[in-house]
Amino acid sequence: MIELFLVFLIFGSLGILLILMNKILGPRKTNPKKEKPFECGSPYLQDKVNTLPIKYYLVAVLFLLFDIEVVFFFPWAMIFREMQPKAFIIMFFYIVILLVGFVYAWKKGAFEWER
Amino acid sequence: MMLTLYLTWLERKESAVIQDRIGANRASIFGVRIIGLFQPIADAIKMVFKEDFTPSFSKKFLHNTAPLISFLFVAITIAAIPFGDVLRIGRRSIRLQILDINVGLLFILAMLSLGVYGILIGGWASNNKYTIIGGLRGAAQFISYEIALGMALVGIIMVYPSLNLSDIVVYQGGHFFGVLPKWGVFFQPLGCIVFLFAAMAETKRVPFDLPEGESEIIGFFTEYSGLKWGLFMMTDFMEIIVVSCILTTLFFGGWQVAWLAAEGFIFPWGGTWVLSHGVVVFLQVFAFNIKVFFFCWLQILFRWTYPRFRYDQVMDFGWKLLIPLCIANIVITGIVMSI
Repeated sequence: MIELFLVFLIFGSLGILLILMNKILGPRKTNPKKEKPFECGSPYLQDKVNTLPIKYYLVAVLFLLFDIEVVFFFPWAMIFREMQPKAFIIMFFYIVILLVGFVYAWKKGAFEWER
Repeated sequence: MMLTLYLTWLERKESAVIQDRIGANRASIFGVRIIGLFQPIADAIKMVFKEDFTPSFSKKFLHNTAPLISFLFVAITIAAIPFGDVLRIGRRSIRLQILDINVGLLFILAMLSLGVYGILIGGWASNNKYTIIGGLRGAAQFISYEIALGMALVGIIMVYPSLNLSDIVVYQGGHFFGVLPKWGVFFQPLGCIVFLFAAMAETKRVPFDLPEGESEIIGFFTEYSGLKWGLFMMTDFMEIIVVSCILTTLFFGGWQVAWLAAEGFIFPWGGTWVLSHGVVVFLQVFAFNIKVFFFCWLQILFRWTYPRFRYDQVMDFGWKLLIPLCIANIVITGIVMSI
């Protein structure tokens, strides 16, 4: 456990060190042009961040659902050998339910990205 | 412990060297230029002396922490990968693995998925419309492929019932009929392919480089400069190494060399070649590095030979092809193992 902590510490401090080194050693000049958001060299067109399509939200919700399903797979896979015939039958129904949900999401158009 | 730390460092150096093309051969130390081997070092030095620019319109604190997060979590992942078997020097035995955790596989998956926060925060904190599009795309792509990645690994756990990476490698030691090594790729060809593609999408490299597509949106690191940008880039290359390492460990036998047992080579045609313990361990580490190097090379090859996908194509590929393939893989593995 101490090793885990140590690794976090080493790599974390390495990253902080790199950034600090850059802060100290790098030059610091600024001008008003530099302080504007990047817009390919032309004057920038809008101040704020655009509103974004809600699609990203849907992806996140679907991810939550499926990722929890994946998490359920892992312990099952671990003891798959020990409870041989039973494990597969139980999980078969689980996969069927999962597939029903997957097909439903597909049919509902959750995976249509061009709208 | 120190040895393995150094090995990690070596791996990272490898990544920097690997992307050298003929172009980068000017860097020299006292006039000596070994086909541009010093270029990565020169780049690093240059990056340190660049201006570390934090734009006034950005969210300062988050802007500074984002590269750190993204770097830290990928760097930690490397520590959990076994480089070789136990090395014995006299009385002491050193495990060639920094973090020997009993849930190493889940640890790696978790750390890889935490890396997405770096992208998202970086995109958000820069407060530029391009960066936030890049960040959101990155997050969406990351989480969609995360599922395929996790599911592809379920098959391998069914075959080798352990989450400990060094245990998995030890399981892959035997041979079929005394000839073919018992590597995961022979048990899980479909899982291996799915894992390769999902992992490549996770690294955000060119066929899937929507978050940083240079010619449309510049990406989530548009407003970064100096070493903070460098950390993002380093994360990218380290992700390649991590992916290659995981692929090697799980599907290509890790540090196992075909026909190499603890005492030396035992050839299927009957001959043996006795080797000392040190040589065997060295060969194993060397083999691991060669395999990782090969997969790095493969990914670089993909990166320079394929055009970028469209956004909807990437998402379709993840959701409509890889996930059904993963489920099919689990079902097939279950059926085969039940028989």
